[in-house]
Amino acid sequence: MPELHNLTIHDAADLLRKREVSSRQLTQAALDRIDAVDPRVRAFLTVTADRALAQADAADARIAAGESGSLLGVPAAIKDVLTTKGVTTTCGSKMLENFVPPYSATVVQRLFDAGAVMVGKTNMDEFAMGSSTENSAYHVTCNPWDLERVPGGSSGGSAAAVAAGEAIYALGSDTGGSIRQPAALCGVVGIKPTYGRVSRFGLVAFASSLDQVGPFTRDVRDAAIVLNAICGHDANDATSAPVETPDFTADLERGVEGMRIGVPREYMPATLDAGVRARVQAALDALAAQGARVEYDVPLPSTEAALAVYYIIAPSEASANLARYDGVKYGFSYQQGASMWDNMEHTRGLGFGTEVKRRIMIGTYALSSGYYDAYYLKAQKVRTVIRREFDAAFERFDALVAPVTPTTAFRIGEKTNDPYAMYLNDVFTLPVNIAGLPGASIPAGFVDGLPVGLQVIGKPFDEATVLRVARAYERTAGWASQHPPL
Amino acid sequence: MKLDRDVVLHIARLARVELTEAEVETFSTQLSDIIGHFDVLNRVDTEGVEPTAHTLPLRNVMADDVSRPSLPRDEVLALAPNTEDGYLRVRAVLE
Repeated sequence: MPELHNLTIHDAADLLRKREVSSRQLTQAALDRIDAVDPRVRAFLTVTADRALAQADAADARIAAGESGSLLGVPAAIKDVLTTKGVTTTCGSKMLENFVPPYSATVVQRLFDAGAVMVGKTNMDEFAMGSSTENSAYHVTCNPWDLERVPGGSSGGSAAAVAAGEAIYALGSDTGGSIRQPAALCGVVGIKPTYGRVSRFGLVAFASSLDQVGPFTRDVRDAAIVLNAICGHDANDATSAPVETPDFTADLERGVEGMRIGVPREYMPATLDAGVRARVQAALDALAAQGARVEYDVPLPSTEAALAVYYIIAPSEASANLARYDGVKYGFSYQQGASMWDNMEHTRGLGFGTEVKRRIMIGTYALSSGYYDAYYLKAQKVRTVIRREFDAAFERFDALVAPVTPTTAFRIGEKTNDPYAMYLNDVFTLPVNIAGLPGASIPAGFVDGLPVGLQVIGKPFDEATVLRVARAYERTAGWASQHPPL
Repeated sequence: MKLDRDVVLHIARLARVELTEAEVETFSTQLSDIIGHFDVLNRVDTEGVEPTAHTLPLRNVMADDVSRPSLPRDEVLALAPNTEDGYLRVRAVLE
């Protein structure tokens, strides 16, 4: 048996059901692991040890009463972008340093109802804006595979926590790659569901037409199990899709025999890191060996415009969403100004970090009089073109497979002075948010000791096929049992 | 095209964000660089293409017009820096 802190959800649930281990033991193992490695990894902003042990005891009581459930009693970490009633929710920002929300996000409540144990809240780029977790107002999180490198972002704390054995799974959010990119860089499974599949109620808003919550796990089955718990319509989110949630574990083992898999030309550019290319090619060969019909050079020609579309639409939506931080209702408030406007400008000037200000500025500019048509409206039209290109590809293919990132994890500090170089990290992930599609990152081996991610992209609401392709690869690759030497 | 200092300050004013002198300086360069990359959009033909605001086929989602419990007022107001008689208190807009 692996160490308790390195179990999968399904293995932990089996042991709990057989009463071979208690939730208290699993939870204590996660807390002990946090004590042992988090001074180096720094994945957490808040560790909720007492609450976690109380939740574990409650779960053990439910198990003793004969109840079983796939998440009952299993310890999880929650990205600090999701509200947790009674537990500080900072969003990685000084603006919300003392914010204790009076309600929990729908996804968090669904996990709690299923008996999940929350060990803590994880670090993130401020307001989920970033690709390295270096934009956290609190501290930098380190990649468990190489502590001098970034874990990716913005959900870097959640990815690092799962990779380092500090939680059995975690929730994150993905606006342009913020689940898939850190999952790839930390060597864990991450999935961004179809836009509308998961409630955004209680997810602190960044870009409302792109944001989506999803899991970080140690294998594909676990990702399906968490999706089963968090997906489904929520009347509190008007953009929550009124669709049924299938059992995402049902088709996992069906394989890829006869499945049509496309590889987008623009996602395998000449500039792609040679090591990453080799790992992605090996994964495609493994899928072909299992009977998938893999076709290369699938055109998605507007991919080159996707980065611009994203960096207009996301900051524009952010500039509107973040207008709520005015120092009046909650959060940081500057009070010593000469007027109401003076207070508001100082509240926002002192409360927001540089990247958040930068994006508010870009968005405000793109929406301002005289530029709206050239930037925002044009970006929305190109968004339609990008969607149509994916639609055309999915008439011929069941799934698309590509790299998640152009390189493996980069060094801490390497890209902090060049925002555009940082934005290029997400060039293969953000088109998926623009089109509202489901996308997963699956561990695909290592280059020089650093993890590589394989991206699987599916049709809207077809997470089942994404998971099935991911599982088919995972079964032959065997990367799921690898743990970083900490 | 470089965003000069006056444009940066104008945008900051619209967004109601106080910037430090150093931020005005770096944003002037960085925002010009980022916005310069937006020119790639002009290479995509969007003649007759409708804009996409979001990707779901949903329109005008209505809720039933019935009252539901909301968060307790005292819990919500406890988060605010200034309150009075069950309301948020703000400085005068016109002084």
